[in-house]
Amino acid sequence: MVDKPNAAELKEYTAAADAWFKENTVRDPGFMLPLTFMEVSTDQQFDFLREWQRKVYEAGYLGASWPKEYGGGGLHSDYQRAATRAMKKYDAPIMLNAIGNGWAGPLILDLGTEEQKHKYIKGMLNAEDIWCQGFSEPENGSDLGNAQLKAVKDGDDYVLNGSKIWTSLGDRAKYMILLARTDFEAENKYKGLSFFLNPMKIDGITTSRIKKLTGEYGFVQTFFTDARIAGDCLFGGEGNGWSMAMKTLEYERGAKVKPVGGFFVKELDVMEIVELAKNSMRNGKPLLDDPVMRDKMTQYMIDIQALNLNNTRRRMPQLMQDKPMGLPLMNKLARTELIRELTEFSLGFQGSKAGYYVGDENAIDDGYWHRSYLNSFSATIGGGTSEIQRNIVAEHALGLPKTR
Amino acid sequence: MDNLGNIGTTEEQIELMDVATNFCRDKSPVDKVRGLLEDELGYDPAIWQEIGELGWLAIAIPEAHDGVGLSMAEVVPIAEQMGRNLMSTPFGSTTLAAQTLLAGGSEAQQAAWLPKLAAGTAATLALREDNGDWDLANVDAKGVESGGTVTLSGKKQLVLWADSAELIIVSFKLDDAVRFALVERAAVGDGALRREAIIDETARSYELTLDGITLSADALLDASRTRETLEKIELAAGLIHSAEMTGGAQAVLDYTLEYLKTRKQFGKIIGSYQALKHPTVNNYVEYEKARTHLYSAAHSWGEQGRGEVAVRMAAAQAHSSYATAADRAIQFHGGFGFTHDCDAQLHRRKAILAGALIGDAAYQRSKLAGLLFD
Repeated sequence: MVDKPNAAELKEYTAAADAWFKENTVRDPGFMLPLTFMEVSTDQQFDFLREWQRKVYEAGYLGASWPKEYGGGGLHSDYQRAATRAMKKYDAPIMLNAIGNGWAGPLILDLGTEEQKHKYIKGMLNAEDIWCQGFSEPENGSDLGNAQLKAVKDGDDYVLNGSKIWTSLGDRAKYMILLARTDFEAENKYKGLSFFLNPMKIDGITTSRIKKLTGEYGFVQTFFTDARIAGDCLFGGEGNGWSMAMKTLEYERGAKVKPVGGFFVKELDVMEIVELAKNSMRNGKPLLDDPVMRDKMTQYMIDIQALNLNNTRRRMPQLMQDKPMGLPLMNKLARTELIRELTEFSLGFQGSKAGYYVGDENAIDDGYWHRSYLNSFSATIGGGTSEIQRNIVAEHALGLPKTR
Repeated sequence: MDNLGNIGTTEEQIELMDVATNFCRDKSPVDKVRGLLEDELGYDPAIWQEIGELGWLAIAIPEAHDGVGLSMAEVVPIAEQMGRNLMSTPFGSTTLAAQTLLAGGSEAQQAAWLPKLAAGTAATLALREDNGDWDLANVDAKGVESGGTVTLSGKKQLVLWADSAELIIVSFKLDDAVRFALVERAAVGDGALRREAIIDETARSYELTLDGITLSADALLDASRTRETLEKIELAAGLIHSAEMTGGAQAVLDYTLEYLKTRKQFGKIIGSYQALKHPTVNNYVEYEKARTHLYSAAHSWGEQGRGEVAVRMAAAQAHSSYATAADRAIQFHGGFGFTHDCDAQLHRRKAILAGALIGDAAYQRSKLAGLLFD
């Protein structure tokens, strides 16, 4: 644990971070930058973001509060928070290595061995080692606990057979956090699962790109055919895969391990939507003179303001006494659904120009809004669909019985 | 957009939240609430006295007038818990009357009345009229000044707790300008108050006939501060009713959850059916948003510009989330939900009255749009 920061040092660090991001942030590299780590489709985008992450890390503004001995900065979390604020202020690009830094990293720091920490942490921070996630399968999406990819012990090794799907960065990753079935006779489906830190660049693992609804690429299906991995890839012990997978979800809420910093998904700037509305016309008049559009836009402002303030309220225990799990668990559901609705709403501003798409010179904002709307489903479906999120909130925050 | 507020609490707010949570729960169990539905007075005088003794009516009154010297922010947790437990008293109307005096009363008027209100003398506002307009400046009641007295005429509606109030602050037009006057209960004849049948059976409301009421000119509030008085009333009423509605939304959700966890149909606890659990989660999300807005409004209340945006957001979200949660509570209780015995109707009706008093969610949004976009 690091003690409370020295105020003068923190101030100095904050000023330096601000200056660094002001100086170094490239917002328009001449091609479209991904809004989320799930949207990286071209080599150009990938190379740019990988280089950007490396640069931020080397400047000391990523993983600043992770332990120094494994590659972090060893500072109090207020430092990293200041750096992340500067990134947001200058509208910096996303951090590419989301699964590594956001999920695998905290898990390894929390429960991994010394050897694992030394082996994996630095490489994920400097984006040398890209990580991906192998949870969903073609036949097991929302019913993740039923995952069937086989991991059969053979001597000291495990031999993998099966397939994972919706693997963001799967064709570029060096490692995958993998949920696989080691015991087909377990007393229930969850207990048969184990968790692996799985190498991707080995014989028997192939990937096949999947074209998204946007027309872009960004994720793959991963096939395992007698792929052989070492026994020490197992993480958390055999039969503990489900609890390891669920644990990764906790890090999103920043429970034990300090957040790595930066962001993997660009937050929608609502003021841009208000601007778009203000610049749009309807029947020869400004769009926001239309009472229906005014009312809807106002409701969205109320929603956005509530969700933004919820993030502050979550850190105020005095306003979190009743149903303390409510706000943390509902956040993904409320935020992703709102973004989907808002981006869909923004298409209606555009009148006939809503018909254009990315690539046409007549498209408003280069098709940004269409792309944002179509991509918004990655968040309402991925990481547990909104329908599953409602079950989670109902069961874990409101105490309703399980749906079976 | 720099008129969006933040969220924060004060130590006093949190202490009052703890005290009010226990007090309102203990003193206002639902059988007591139901016992008062047909009571003429509509509340338990002993509880009203305790509220006075706790100093809750003095919270937002300055120390110079025997108040505690805090603000409406500290009234919020109390009103929230009262709404949560359907504890209906002249607390809100008396608090609003005090805020009105602070905004538009002379030093002498404040000195005469604020110490009394702080100590537990009930008061109320007479603002609404037959035109049903939520615009507080749209009034038809009239005052005619002559020889140092003002004679009133016209009718005021939805005057809450008027029968209990020793002071009624009335709005009317004098020479085409909106004015307020302090009318003492003693100046109101017995025939001038008619008990109204209102949608919320836990509250009491009266129509006030002004014809024949004559006041001395020093009963008028300051003409030069009418505008800020109107604004203060809107914001204070918005805040206090938002608090009550947010507390009510919490209660009606908990009430519904309790039923969903115990009622069985087709051999299963009905809360396991997604047709019921998913909309309940949606309503819960809306309630949490309302509570976040409420404490943002309490925090931003005194800030120029931000205060009004925050209060109207809180009022819009509180009204829509309370109304929806109570509406679904009726539906999800099935046949029992259709009965008077089911508490869902108490909340559904209360939400309608609150919207009628301060302007419903759509009205709040229309006012907000002007603040946000124009």
